Amino acid sequence: MEALREATAELTVYVHPSNAADVRLAVSRQLSTLLFSYEDRFDGVLLSHEVEFEGDNEDVLDGLVPYFGVPVTANMLLFSPQPEMILEGKVEMLGKESIHAIVLGVFSAAIMADDIPEMFKFKRRGHGGKFISQSDKRHVIKKGSMIRFSVKRVDTEMNCHITGSLMPPHTGCMRWLSVHDAEYASEISSGKRKPRDHTKSEQKVQGRTTANREDSMVNSERPRKSRKRAVGE
Amino acid sequence: ILEESIPSMVFEPFLIAPYDLEQYRMMVGTLDTSRTKNRDDEALYVTYLKALSEAVSKIDITYHHSLLNNIFAVRIWYLQRDTMVALLDLITRLAAVADQYLRECLQMLVNNFTPPIVERNEVPTWAVSRKKDIFSHLCGSLKTISDTVPLAPRMLRDIIDRSMPKLFDNKAKMISFVECMLGLDTDRMGDLIGAILLAKVVDLLTELDVNITWEDILQEEHDKGIFEMELEDLDADDDGDGFGQAGTKVCLGGNACAEKLDGLMVVVCEHLKSLDRQRLYKEFVILKTIFRASLLRVHRSKFAQFIMFYTCSLDPKTLGEGFAVFLTDIVTEKKEDPISRMSAVSYVGSYLSRARFISADTVVTILKKLVDWCVDYCDHQSKREATPIPNHQLFYATCQAVMYVLCFRLRSIMDYPNLKSDLFHMPFGFLFRHRLEPLKVCLPSIVNEFLRQAKDAGLVAAFVDPAAEDAIESDLSRTFGGINRLDMFFPFDPYLLKESDRYIRPNFEFWSMVKTTYSDDTDDDDDELEDLDAPEMNVGSLDDHVEIDINSDDDDLEYSMNKMSITPHHSFLHQMAMDSDGGLSMPARIRPSTSPPS
Repeated sequence: MEALREATAELTVYVHPSNAADVRLAVSRQLSTLLFSYEDRFDGVLLSHEVEFEGDNEDVLDGLVPYFGVPVTANMLLFSPQPEMILEGKVEMLGKESIHAIVLGVFSAAIMADDIPEMFKFKRRGHGGKFISQSDKRHVIKKGSMIRFSVKRVDTEMNCHITGSLMPPHTGCMRWLSVHDAEYASEISSGKRKPRDHTKSEQKVQGRTTANREDSMVNSERPRKSRKRAVGE
Repeated sequence: ILEESIPSMVFEPFLIAPYDLEQYRMMVGTLDTSRTKNRDDEALYVTYLKALSEAVSKIDITYHHSLLNNIFAVRIWYLQRDTMVALLDLITRLAAVADQYLRECLQMLVNNFTPPIVERNEVPTWAVSRKKDIFSHLCGSLKTISDTVPLAPRMLRDIIDRSMPKLFDNKAKMISFVECMLGLDTDRMGDLIGAILLAKVVDLLTELDVNITWEDILQEEHDKGIFEMELEDLDADDDGDGFGQAGTKVCLGGNACAEKLDGLMVVVCEHLKSLDRQRLYKEFVILKTIFRASLLRVHRSKFAQFIMFYTCSLDPKTLGEGFAVFLTDIVTEKKEDPISRMSAVSYVGSYLSRARFISADTVVTILKKLVDWCVDYCDHQSKREATPIPNHQLFYATCQAVMYVLCFRLRSIMDYPNLKSDLFHMPFGFLFRHRLEPLKVCLPSIVNEFLRQAKDAGLVAAFVDPAAEDAIESDLSRTFGGINRLDMFFPFDPYLLKESDRYIRPNFEFWSMVKTTYSDDTDDDDDELEDLDAPEMNVGSLDDHVEIDINSDDDDLEYSMNKMSITPHHSFLHQMAMDSDGGLSMPARIRPSTSPPS
């Protein structure tokens, strides 16, 4: 999942003196209030955290509010979807005009009709309806399917609602892709995911080493492809 | 044709063809529910709704403002069933599209928790019959939304918080809202926000509770004198239709808060009853937390605490015992604050006495813990100097609770030899002879009754000073607090709310039903009917099926027995008792066999 990343942050958590007996718990609780909300300063949604305390320094904050500040180092797992990322989600609801999926069980994503390729036709018959591709009848998207889609827009205001698109290549129902899409299949069989080049990402771009010669041929084409896309936008 | 043309029309940029605009205006007009519809219009309405459901992605929040307004302002109570289904489908789709509509959609659904109120603050009858159907649809929609947008419950929680009925809202609205709200407390939604919803409901119950004043309850007909006002109106008798009970209840009816609380208690109890085992345990844990945080510390709450009583009665073995242990732990835990501990000990005493479903061995186990705690306390004290009495509040309260429980339970404990021996091994002698003198400080009525039963049972040797026996109130006792003294709080005193009473009554132990240890001696049924002024009338020998109530007569014993209940005018009547020669001749009261319509 491209949008997941780990980050380390040095924070100061302010704790009320009534919690002085168990500071670790208080800090943990304080950080937990941020869970599942989008935080600007982290540039993502906090999914989980782990804290380490630095020393025993607890500064008392003078003034009207006598909270004390505890400096901590937090390891955090963040979800920060950016446009162009490929995400995977499970389809929850389908309509003629939209597909609604859930990413990581928590985030809602919607793909509108404009972003669904023409080749997918909506069939109302059957439990909840389904999208079937004209080019390959086995490519079916229905309720419960896992799909890969690319991110178009992220609404960080409320719940990090994602608007996605099925237009780019290598998107669609994952089950079908793993069989019919060569590139995707090679990706998952090699066990490495190619990270995208993101301006805000803290990851280093990994080298492209693959075990098998065939793959390396495919891989060598890759940089060209992504460059093309960047130019094309 | 209509279905296809609408999606294209909905996609409206600034400049559009006049024909399309006309069509659009027509659609908006049809969607306006403030006008009544004939059959054709209704069908058209449904069609529009279905078409819109397909086209939700194209609805724009600024351009289609009036359209959206019309959708969100709908009161679904007025709609036909099919229309309602179509509308709810539209709403769920709108909510899933993008974050911008989510809040409005949720708000619209929550607004529909309450039925429309017409003339004289009543819910129209057609609304009542459709209530269940509408609620299930509303909850279904909310659940669908939460499935599609997993973080929606958080927003829903805030919306419900804001829309929650307040103290002075209309009763029907309040009850309807809470009923629908509790309908959300199932499955995944319940796991996510169930605790918050319950907490809000309990807050509302508590608020209503503290706004019921005792004057409202004791407000009787003015032509009756103070002694004719039966104290045991507060301590209901077996015959639920007894005049006194109905009379009290009628007076309660005049109090709006009491009525609302009554209705809400019915809703909550029904909800608790409907839960399956697993869910019930989860709710119990949540309720315990809520109880500890709020109800426990409310000064003299009257009826709200009975939700705990009812929950425990649903599964006596696990929940019933669990609650008793929970309370005892609060009492004995040094780290707890004093108010909680005092309150908890009152709860323990009242709970163990009044809950019929608690088995005798649970009672003995708890008593053992409490007595051990008292003994530890005494030992601790013996090492120090004497300190003034108010500091020993908790100790006296605990002793009193133990005695109170034994007044109710001693006889039934005696029936089990192993429990009896456990009980007899408890160091009561040590406790009562200790220099802290609990017998002198605790409520005399309880002390007297306890000593009487204990002596009969042979539990306590006759070491107690006979003069102290009949003390109405010693000086020590009186300095111990005054009118609002905490140890006069018996939380589970008889329940007075009319409608919800049926949930509590089967499990509730009335004093008049208790068999005491001395009741074997004069077990004479004839006594119940004659000579109602006899001083040593046995209260304890009543059987359940006795219709005629004889509680009215006996003077000090009965009178002091009534002090087992909350008696707000306690001090006043007390005064009277002391002034007169210790003998009040209560007029005889035979209940009429038919109760007046309530």
